[in-house]
Amino acid sequence: MKKQVTGQGTTQAWVWVLALIAAIAMPWVFYNYHTGRQSGFVISMLSQMGMMSILALSYNMLLGQSGLFSFCHAVFFGIGGYATIHFLNLAGGGALPLPLEVIPLLSGLSGLGLAIVFGYMATKQRATAFAMITLGIGELMTTAALMFHHFFGGEGGVNSNRVIGHSLFGFKYGPAIQVYYLILAWTVISALLMLYLTRTPLGRMANASRDNFERVQFVGYDPRMVRFLQFALSGFFAGIGGGLYAITYEIVTFDALAAPLSANALLMAYIGGSAAFGGPILGAVLITLLQSGVSLMSNSWLVYVGVLFITMVMFAPQGIMGLLAAHGPIVRAGRFGRLLVPYLRVIVPALVMVLGFVGVVELASFLTIGAAQGKSLVLFGSKIDEHAVMPWLAAFVCLAAGTFWFSIEARAFQRVWDGLMAELKPQRSIA
Amino acid sequence: MEIVLVSLLNGLVYGMLLFMLASGLTLIFSMMGVLNFAHASIYMIGAYLAFTISQFTGFFPALIIAPILCGLIGAAIEVFGLRRVHSNGHIAELLFTFGLVFIIGRVVQMTWGMLPMAYRVPALLDFPLFTFYGQHFPAYRGFMLLVSAGMLLATWLLLKKTRVGLIIQASLTHPQMASALGHNVPMVFTLVFAGGCMLAGLAGVIGGNYQTTEPGMADGMGPIVFVVVVFGGLGSLMGCFIASILMGMIASFAVVINVSLLDLLKPLGVTLPGDNLFTEFMTVPVARIGALLPFILMILILLVRPRGLMGTRDT
Repeated sequence: MKKQVTGQGTTQAWVWVLALIAAIAMPWVFYNYHTGRQSGFVISMLSQMGMMSILALSYNMLLGQSGLFSFCHAVFFGIGGYATIHFLNLAGGGALPLPLEVIPLLSGLSGLGLAIVFGYMATKQRATAFAMITLGIGELMTTAALMFHHFFGGEGGVNSNRVIGHSLFGFKYGPAIQVYYLILAWTVISALLMLYLTRTPLGRMANASRDNFERVQFVGYDPRMVRFLQFALSGFFAGIGGGLYAITYEIVTFDALAAPLSANALLMAYIGGSAAFGGPILGAVLITLLQSGVSLMSNSWLVYVGVLFITMVMFAPQGIMGLLAAHGPIVRAGRFGRLLVPYLRVIVPALVMVLGFVGVVELASFLTIGAAQGKSLVLFGSKIDEHAVMPWLAAFVCLAAGTFWFSIEARAFQRVWDGLMAELKPQRSIA
Repeated sequence: MEIVLVSLLNGLVYGMLLFMLASGLTLIFSMMGVLNFAHASIYMIGAYLAFTISQFTGFFPALIIAPILCGLIGAAIEVFGLRRVHSNGHIAELLFTFGLVFIIGRVVQMTWGMLPMAYRVPALLDFPLFTFYGQHFPAYRGFMLLVSAGMLLATWLLLKKTRVGLIIQASLTHPQMASALGHNVPMVFTLVFAGGCMLAGLAGVIGGNYQTTEPGMADGMGPIVFVVVVFGGLGSLMGCFIASILMGMIASFAVVINVSLLDLLKPLGVTLPGDNLFTEFMTVPVARIGALLPFILMILILLVRPRGLMGTRDT
């Protein structure tokens, strides 16, 4: 988290352009010619990815760029959502003559307003105390959302209709595909703005006060002001995300500002890689994929996310982006081939280990939660009895043997990796 | 009058329960600078373990065994997890314990299921201790007070009057010096972490049948405990104690006060017409927003005293 990954600017830019093209093309890849429509599931998943990317990127303005660990980020996302519902109702009633495309800007401003209020309180502190205060703010807002009915609508939430009949480009925004492209556009705009922010003096000072806040004070800056500005601006972008959420689902409940979503923002930013700018996008895409894929199949997907998260905290604090970036010098030196065999040798035991782990978790969860839901574990078309000894034994043997084998291979891999790094070191110092 | 007395006693019981959790959290924080997010999860584990153990041995052995198991779990977390991420800084440690919350929460659901457990007050203590003005005060609450006060006293004696306590205090403020004098500081860290988890486990054992033993109990307790710790001032045991009792009182008094802001303004002749967010805010009775009060108090005190009630240091 300490060093900003500068990377190879142009190749990275190309990767993101390709990702954008893929995002534009994706709905048409899953086009169903029988019904003449895009797959609804894919569109809603892609839309979710867009919103979550904004949320994770704005969260990373705190986590990665300023070293602040916030626990109330979803509050600004949620407030943007709630405000947008009210804006949509006003616009639908004719009281607010604005096209739908511009409304997310208003949502962002709502997030900004609330972030200024809470940021004033929270940024008095940093590090652990800051985290605690934001936790309190998050709980405060969640409780308030359930209590006050006029703005938050209580448990049922508030709802609206996004077809307000007013658009810059003449779209109606009835079909989900049109909304998806609106989300994509706002995601790109927000991402570019946030990227620009990292290059302004504010972004640089945020990095500086993350790494050494005392030094920042010596230089003459007020680290609290830097924290405050970063906090407020991240609230603005989170609000935009919330606005898109409201437009997509046309209903906002307290879930949109509750702690699980704040936690999700953290997971996405961290797993993706908080040191690189694009890391949170990767995390958002990955977590959303997992969420819509694995959570359908398994009751215990939070265990997998938790274990993945802890593994990353322990062994790869730079996130997935950081892992990829670590390969950069090796690939550029043309030595990646030497890693292929060690990789294969690590992946096989890793798969065995993961298989064993998943087996144990699933057996345990079907024993209790699954039984309560009346489901049973079915694998390859045959029902597996979670009370029998065999499946448990197999899973545990897989887990134990896989872990043992993996630890041996991992050590061998470490040796190869260290050797490569040592070889590359002289070259890098010349360059 | 009787409402005040009963609420006072209930507030004291809840406050002491909070303090058992918060004191462990504060000790761990002042020693390692880590706020253990999984503290409330350990509390939950304590309650569940006590339920399972009490099915085999009865309540009183469980009162001893479950906290010890929680302490062992805590020690394992410290040795195998926290110590490894220690080099990556405090944020990494915070994130590590945060990840544990997910895992523990889900593992508890996988082991004991989603439904509340039938973890009941032991029959021996299931009678009204005394009655005033027609209100019963259950003997179990008296027992809870007794256990928490006893634990408090024991912890205080251990910290202030024994050699072990002396070394812990030394490692708290001057880890390098204590280490240079030949004390095994990492071992002390493990001990303190395990001790904090033991206290949380004990709180779980006596709190599990006072509240309900269900998968949501960690999420319900966690934020309040963190508020207590921040309100009292990070790292201050005394502040933590005052904050715990205060939050306990607020929780028990808020439910019986049926007054709203508007009722207070009524003598001044203020009336609010219409039905909007502002009137809703003004007319909501305290009893309904009781859950909000701890968080509002926390924010208020941080505005006045950023270090909390008796905090000694910024983080």
